[in-house]
Formats: sequence, C-alpha cells, structure tokens
Amino acid sequence: MSDSRQAVAPATTAATATMPMVRIAGVHKRYGDLHVLRGVDLDVQTGEVVCIIGPSGSGKTTLLRCINFLETYQEGRIWVDGQLVGYRERNGKLVPASEKEIARLRTETAMVFQQFNLFPHMTALQNVTFGPIKVRKVPKDVARQRGMELLARVGLANKADSYPAHLSGGQQQRVAIARALAMEPKVMLFDEVTSALDPELVGEVLAVMQDLAASHGVTMIVVTHEMLFAREAADRIVFMDQGIVIEQGPPAQVLDDPQSERLRAFLSRFRSA
Amino acid sequence: MEVVWESRELLWQGLEYTLRLFAVVIVLGTAIGILGGVGLLYGHAIIRALLRAYVDIIRGMPLIVTIFILFYGPVAYGINLSSFQSIALALAIFAGAHMSEIVRGAIATIPRGQIDAAKSLGLTFWPRLFSIVLPQALPLMIPPWTNLAVDIFKGTSLAVLVSQADFLFSVQKRASARGHYLAFYMSAMVVYFVCCFAISRAGAWLSRRTRIGLA
Repeated sequence: MSDSRQAVAPATTAATATMPMVRIAGVHKRYGDLHVLRGVDLDVQTGEVVCIIGPSGSGKTTLLRCINFLETYQEGRIWVDGQLVGYRERNGKLVPASEKEIARLRTETAMVFQQFNLFPHMTALQNVTFGPIKVRKVPKDVARQRGMELLARVGLANKADSYPAHLSGGQQQRVAIARALAMEPKVMLFDEVTSALDPELVGEVLAVMQDLAASHGVTMIVVTHEMLFAREAADRIVFMDQGIVIEQGPPAQVLDDPQSERLRAFLSRFRSA
Repeated sequence: MEVVWESRELLWQGLEYTLRLFAVVIVLGTAIGILGGVGLLYGHAIIRALLRAYVDIIRGMPLIVTIFILFYGPVAYGINLSSFQSIALALAIFAGAHMSEIVRGAIATIPRGQIDAAKSLGLTFWPRLFSIVLPQALPLMIPPWTNLAVDIFKGTSLAVLVSQADFLFSVQKRASARGHYLAFYMSAMVVYFVCCFAISRAGAWLSRRTRIGLA
C-alpha cells in the first residue's frame, strides 16, 4: 500500500509525518456561475471529531463531498492522510487522477448520507459486508463475522437478514453507519445524517455517533444541524457561511461566545426555532 | 377442426421455425439492448449520438421496412443471408432499439445516491454497474421487456413475407391446400394467443423473482 502511495504522490509523502489527517487548503468550487466554496481552509487531526455547522447553502455538504471527491473542486488542494484527493500534482499543476486512484483513495474515507442510500437489493448484513468483500477482498466468512459485530455495535444484530425496505429510517441509518465502519476508514464523513429522520428516530442515530466519537478511533467530520450533538460530541466546531470558514474552535467557545455577527445571527435563528 | 389436426406435422414444423426465430431474436435483441442502453447513458459523446440515431430511426420506422431492407439490402452488396438470417437480424435490430430505450430508462431511474454510496465504498465503474445499478434496474426492465417479447413474437409472423417456413406461412399453405380458411386461421389465433400469454406469465413470474428486497 505504501509503495503505491509513493508512486501516486511522491511530492506529498515527505510531508505526511507532519500533515493532519485531512488538510483542506484554499479550495474553490463553482457550479457554472455559482461560487459554492470560496477558498476553504481546514485541518482535521487524526482522531478528531469536527462538526461543521452553518446555514443551508453555506457549502458544508459540498465541502464534505469534495473530501472523497464525489464533487470535484477547481482550485486549492485537499489531502487525506497525506494523499492528494482527486488529482496528481505535475509541475505545480493539478492533473485529474485515474479512476482507480480515486476509488482507492475513497476507501480511506467512508461516508454516511442524509438519505441513507443503503443498497435495497441487499440485506442489512450484505450491505455491511459488500464493501469489504468486493473492494477490500476480505474473505467472506471474516467479513460476515465482522459485519455481525458491527451490526451488534449499532444495536441491529437481530436485523441482519432484513432488507432496508423493512427497516425504519433510524435503523437504516445505523446500518449505513455500520457499512461505513466496515471499510475501516481513516476518516468518516457524516452528511446531515439525521435530517431525513422522523424526530423520534434521531436519538438512536446520534447515540451511535456519540459512542463512535467517544471512542476516538476514527476521525469524524460531521455536517449537522444538531447543536446539542455538536456541543457534546465535537472536539471542534467549524462555522461556515457563504462558502468559507467564518469561525472555529471548541464547542463552548463557538456556541457560547460567537465572535462574528454571522455566527451570532445563525445561532439566534437556531435558538428561536 | 379435424382438417387442421391432420395437418399438424406441417404446422408443427412452422411453429418450430417461429419459436427458433423468436429465441434467437430475444437473445440477440436483449444483448443489443443492454449494450445500447448502457452506451446511451455512459458512452462517449460520439457513441451516444450514433446509438441515439439508431434507436430513434428504428423506432420511427415500420418493422416491415426494416425487414425488407435486411432481406433485399445485403444481397445487393454480395452478402448472402438466408431468409432466416435476414428476418432474425431485422427483428433483432428492431428489438435491440426498443430494448436499448428500456434499459436506458430503467438505469436512469436508479437514484443518484446509490451511485454516490457505491463510489464512496471505492467501487469503480464496472463493479458499480454490475453489483449496484443493474440488479436494481433489472426488475424495472422486466415488465416492458415482457411487452416487447410479446410484440416480437407476433412480429415473427412478418417472416411470412420473406421466408416460406414460419408458422403463419404453414397455416396459409395448408389453408389454401385444404380450404377451411376459418378453421385454420382460428387455430393460428389460438396458438399465437397461447404463446403470447405464456410469455406474459413468464415475465410476471420473473418480475416477482427479481424484486427481492425492492419494494
């Protein structure tokens, strides 16, 4: 693995030792005339839990999707564990990486989606074991055993053979978290994972995430509107607005002592809601 | 009806030809359609344009014209196709065009989030297509595919115009030899109906079988 990494990005390996797990530097993203990300800088350390908050349209989801290259970016650089995301650097210019390189890099980051996106034609257990078997080439019995452990961890061992259509939203999202964990990613990306859930199902998903955050085994970047979760689980909260990071710091500082007018306005809207 | 029964061996020969034609066409047409549908969605711009032209031209043309073009056309260029080959090719091209559109439509309805999820697990294009997209698209294709198969089965009767072997031709031949037109054509109707009904039922069964986990 380390050999191929050096072959892919020789220029960045030297910096790996000092680099954070995720480094986002001066990233710009445009959809035609719409300038969604306007120069985002953000470092996330190994094992850190970072919650990104901000009004809708602030670019938080887009930023998250850039980290595993579900979205391309036009300027700047993103590194995950020292590897440049989506591009190779050649003479200071960005050249698109091959499909294989991008796919390999994506195995380092796992994503949990707002709409769960479980594979409907697979059981809960098959959803969890599919990535390890198909992509990581883990032997089936090993993957299955590990899959059952993960389903137990999210409290769904008894639903292993159920299809997603027969699970509640909260259960589906917990399976999706188990599916992401099964890839043993270095970074987990959570994209508003409770926004599509009925209010009474939000708690069970947040509990699983809180447990995950407390274990500090995996770096987590969480885009969320759940301020209580952010306060309790995050090591750091990042506030984004209009495509840039406005403010960041420990939860108490960001939520209780906002420095910028925009964050104050955002938080006040939240409290009145 | 006895006159019809007396002709059963000749009629059976005709039906055998028709069934063979149908089998060849449905296999070829489905294969063309899967490649065509995938190409329409994911192909290079030039491939997409060519496939789009193929699908639209064939779908906008009476089947009989396609059959005559394939029957008279190749000979003019020194390519000798048997009548079976030319009618099979014409029907396969026709079926392929319709199937391409069915496949394209079914794949296009798979939510974008499914692709995102597969990508984020590190799957490249082909495994994504075969493990995630097609298994979900397949159940959606089967009902229109069944309709197409029924149309194709009835379409095989157009072979009567260029070959002297299909079921309808054998019916025609025996009817004119023996008289009793009504009895012969009523029998033909029953046979075509039974075959088409069987295709529909098989399609419905297949549809249920492939919907595992899919609401």
